[in-house]
Amino acid sequence: MIKTEKLTFNYSGEQPNVLKDIDIEIKNGEFVAVLGHNGSGKSTLAKHFNAILLPVGGTVYANGINTKDESRLYDIRRAIGMVFQNPDNQIVATIVEEDVAFAPENLGVPTAEIRETVDWALDTVGMTEYKQHAPHLLSGGQKQRIAIAGVLAMKPKCIVLDEPTAMLDPIGRKEVMDTLMHLNSKNAMTIVLITHNMDEAVNADRVIIISDGEIVKDAPPHIVFSDVDEIKALGLDVPQVTELMYELRKAGLDVPSGVITIEDAYKALSEVAG
Amino acid sequence: MLKDITLGQHFPGNSVLHRLDAMIKIILSMLYLVLIFLVKGFVGYGLLAIFVFCIILLSTVPIKFVLKGLKPLLIFIIFTAILNLFMTSGTVIWQWSFLKLTYEGIYFAVFMILRIVFLVLGTSLLTYTTSPIALTDGIERFLTPFAKIGAPTHELAMMMSIALRFIPTLLEETDKIMKAQMARGADFESGNLIKRARALIPLLVPLFISAFRRADELAIAMECRCYQGGKNRTRLNVVKVGKIDIIASLVFLLCAAVILTANLAG
Repeated sequence: MIKTEKLTFNYSGEQPNVLKDIDIEIKNGEFVAVLGHNGSGKSTLAKHFNAILLPVGGTVYANGINTKDESRLYDIRRAIGMVFQNPDNQIVATIVEEDVAFAPENLGVPTAEIRETVDWALDTVGMTEYKQHAPHLLSGGQKQRIAIAGVLAMKPKCIVLDEPTAMLDPIGRKEVMDTLMHLNSKNAMTIVLITHNMDEAVNADRVIIISDGEIVKDAPPHIVFSDVDEIKALGLDVPQVTELMYELRKAGLDVPSGVITIEDAYKALSEVAG
Repeated sequence: MLKDITLGQHFPGNSVLHRLDAMIKIILSMLYLVLIFLVKGFVGYGLLAIFVFCIILLSTVPIKFVLKGLKPLLIFIIFTAILNLFMTSGTVIWQWSFLKLTYEGIYFAVFMILRIVFLVLGTSLLTYTTSPIALTDGIERFLTPFAKIGAPTHELAMMMSIALRFIPTLLEETDKIMKAQMARGADFESGNLIKRARALIPLLVPLFISAFRRADELAIAMECRCYQGGKNRTRLNVVKVGKIDIIASLVFLLCAAVILTANLAG
């Protein structure tokens, strides 16, 4: 779906590289979480996936198309949708359904088909009943779901989300995460979730950690989070359960490392308790 | 205080007025403006008042909501009224030094107030009953003849629609910055005009910076959603001039004719 080869990028020739020789391959239907502290280059990386930024060195293939191929720019943008942090700054229209229709309108989709797509997109994110509402009166989580629907309306193969829950409250965060999990499992949508929140990364099939423009880890979450000391050394946290188990281990309790879900932690602790 | 400004906002609904074609509504609003300035005399204004009242009822927008749109203009209305009251020459009723109240002054002041009120009430209904995208669409189609001579009609319409979309967001933001600055001791309410204007600087600077940042992010988000200008663009809601638009136009013209005839007769 997305493939980068020796991707290097800097914002202007003299500055140090923001991304250094990045090689990633994201497969169809995968749910990938990209982690990294502020300034690690994770947002910059995301912007390469749909040709908002073009690599200084190396190549990016999005849906099999080289992002440098300007003639196919809209094929790339259409295949790889992108959702940003602030929901207010990506909603164009003052009526929910008109905003969701923005992308298909731009693509010149016939009217009857737009209507169908919009209804489907709103239904998928569970916002059908709000289709006539004004976006600024909705909650953060609802706005972000509208933004996702707006991207879904392009019928993309992959959605890249750049910290979509950073400005939301816990309820909004859960709404957005549930929507993403649903899209990934039911619609086989490839999801690339860039996040700060470790508890969200746990839901992914694969976790990529970026530090100073380089990939330092790329593995399933239970493996990535098994080495708590290393994660902390990178300036990141581990999920709460993992932290708890880590502290218990340090205190001398015989529990496994790499526990990332509450169920697993419960199982492990039940075994210890006998 | 900032939330009181309702002018230029949409009130979703499904009335006849809501379903009218935006382009027709724009044209009728313009004719309505002409009508207001043609009408003179109490009979004409009486009929105009009935007409406006009927239209507000028809729009299903609460009258309170419509009247709230007048509030920000109150000072302007009072100023115009006072100017007209004392600056019109004619039969003097009461005089104090250079101030003189004339019969004609009262007459003009009343008409000026009525004119402004009708103007705001009638035209604000346009934005209340038309969603900004429909409005944009209407303006775009209204301006299409000018596109042939190179006018950037789509860009203009898009800019207006985005401006309308961000009014509530930026108002909210202004409110937030204002409270943040007040919490740190900023004073927006006392002092003379120059002092108060200067007090607005710590409000305007962060507001502008944030607006630019928003614009930047919005531009990227729009690009991600394949925005490429007005070329080959389709619409979710295609509005065609239909039966209802023709009937509405005819009814409007009929009412205008009645008002103007009564106006001439009275």
